[in-house]
Amino acid sequence: MNAVEVNHISKRFLKEKSNVDALKDISFDVKRGELFGLIGPDGAGKTTLFRILTTLMLANSGNASVDGLDVVNDFKEIRKRVGYMPGKFSLYQDLSVQENLSFFATLFNTTIEQNYHLIKDIYIQIERFKDRKAGALSGGMKQKLALSCALIHKPSVLFLDEPTTGVDAVSRKEFWELLRQLQQQEITIVVSTPYMDEAGLCDRVALIQEGRILQIDTPKGIEQKFEQPLWQMASDNMYQLMIDLRGFDEVKSCYPFGQHHHVVFKAGTDVAAIERKLLERNHHQLEARLIAPNIEDCFMELMTTTAHESH
Amino acid sequence: MRSLLILLEKEFRQVFRNSAILRMIFMMPAVQLLVMPLAADYEVKNVKIVVVDYDHSPYSRKLVNKITSTAYFTLVDYTDSYNKALTLVEKDQADLVLQIPSAFEKQIVREDKSTLFLAINAINGTKANLGSAYLRSIIADFNQEIRLDWVQFPRMNPQPVIAISSINWFNPLMNYRFFMVPGILVILVTLVGAFLSALNIVKEKEVGTIEQINVTPIRKYQFILGKLIPFWVLGLVILSIGLLLSRLVYGILPAGSFLTIYIYAAIYLLAVLGLGLLVSTFANTQQQAMLLSFFMMIVFILLGGLYTSIDSMPEWAQWFTKINPVAYFIEVMRMVVLKGSTLHDIRFHILATFGFAVILNGLAVWNYRKRS
Repeated sequence: MNAVEVNHISKRFLKEKSNVDALKDISFDVKRGELFGLIGPDGAGKTTLFRILTTLMLANSGNASVDGLDVVNDFKEIRKRVGYMPGKFSLYQDLSVQENLSFFATLFNTTIEQNYHLIKDIYIQIERFKDRKAGALSGGMKQKLALSCALIHKPSVLFLDEPTTGVDAVSRKEFWELLRQLQQQEITIVVSTPYMDEAGLCDRVALIQEGRILQIDTPKGIEQKFEQPLWQMASDNMYQLMIDLRGFDEVKSCYPFGQHHHVVFKAGTDVAAIERKLLERNHHQLEARLIAPNIEDCFMELMTTTAHESH
Repeated sequence: MRSLLILLEKEFRQVFRNSAILRMIFMMPAVQLLVMPLAADYEVKNVKIVVVDYDHSPYSRKLVNKITSTAYFTLVDYTDSYNKALTLVEKDQADLVLQIPSAFEKQIVREDKSTLFLAINAINGTKANLGSAYLRSIIADFNQEIRLDWVQFPRMNPQPVIAISSINWFNPLMNYRFFMVPGILVILVTLVGAFLSALNIVKEKEVGTIEQINVTPIRKYQFILGKLIPFWVLGLVILSIGLLLSRLVYGILPAGSFLTIYIYAAIYLLAVLGLGLLVSTFANTQQQAMLLSFFMMIVFILLGGLYTSIDSMPEWAQWFTKINPVAYFIEVMRMVVLKGSTLHDIRFHILATFGFAVILNGLAVWNYRKRS
């Protein structure tokens, strides 16, 4: 039995008299004890999917189960077993850290002491602020408190909706380390994020866009599916370089990536010839290197191909 | 049960931590009860009068003296031009013009009759009505007096006279405050019950905390009870503060028993809390909840018999007051405070209010969907 099973889930919203398909026939499984990532841009349908799985919303069609329980018929039981951390900070800002935690512990019929071992590593970092109002905490602290509250009843499946959005780079890194530790406590974690660099930290990821799942695999597996050679290019005038590259017929795609441009050429292109052309156009310090694709490259590739298919 | 207790504990903590709500709970009754009854007064005083005197006789002066010696009238101008007087009315500096014709005294003495002219600024209908009525009675009095100077009435009146003397039951001195204060107390209790509870629940939606609550095993009824009980208690606290203030400041001691008031208020609060709950199921932001409650409160108060008597409303409005819980409580308060009514006397009010409580809460629960 998988921790989460999603079968042909669709969800449609009525917005300004027209239907918006938030989820289109989504299916996937999350194995027990897995750290599963839902990666996709804003508006891809991640939150809607989470709300369906946490029994806050009903799907229009399809069915899903969490921990072997149906999200429609067994919603009461599911609510006892899952932990949910919404994307928006949803704890009581006018209650203190300690009060929030004991409030949620009591709602789940447990106490802080009983499950302290679960949250110890996280809570210890905010414990010295335990009398501070939750609203007065910094963003990273709020996340840690929210995670503690979602964990306090020892859920078997933990849903984290964009837990690292709006959190600084150091706290993000820490947060993912915490998730890794939680995995050892036999908690299945489903996490969504718009940051593709976080995809590599998951056991498996689903790339989701416009309510459709583009691909599900391990991060490695997804990277391996990128079959074309990927070039990393740079020159002294990066902006002009992008314009020039996109102007060439041989270039299939080119987009900026940090300090370089990632370029895919059509099959059989002579890259050396392209480089010569660029030098003629007054690009200096030109560099071009064949690199291994990362997950973001794969996602960009998938996004452009599916966009072409659907239009 | 444990979940409900922790919800209540949390709710009270939040209320006591919110200084704005606390201030509102204690300041609102104080200010409203101290200021409103003093300002909201039906007795018309200081009616501004202009006298246009074309006669300038001892009689005309006697009449003017008589008018200005009462507390009801303030003499704004004493002139001999009607146009000038009318200008004052137009500028809203005068409410009444009394014109005394030339040869006023002469006519009375010689012909035994004379005519006075009254012009009334009717923009403020109440003031116009009452002002002219006062003035008429003063003139009638004056008429009586001067006639006594001239005519010797026979010992027995030639015509049979029916003298009317009245007694004011339940409020012998016609103390206006005895009538207003209980009504204002009702408004206060209603505000806390309907307004604050609606705002509180909507806040959970607006801030998003309801999302986190909804994924816990808390049951619907527990959440709702956790919201209603604190405001039920607060409503009774406000009522107590209000009753205490009206005792201390206005010396109002209910003729009936406090127990009757509290029993009714306890049921009444269930109804208005249901109303607040219903509002909260429609509104998504505190702003919406505020506007919606505000609109309903205005209608309830204006058609609740606080300022205007329900009996003198048009029939459709009277029917509306039948479904207005505020009207019931105002009536009950006045019945118990002034008349000393017992539970038995207000049994139909209790029944109707209980009906509202069931219907409003039922609608709210039906409309509150934990799952969308």
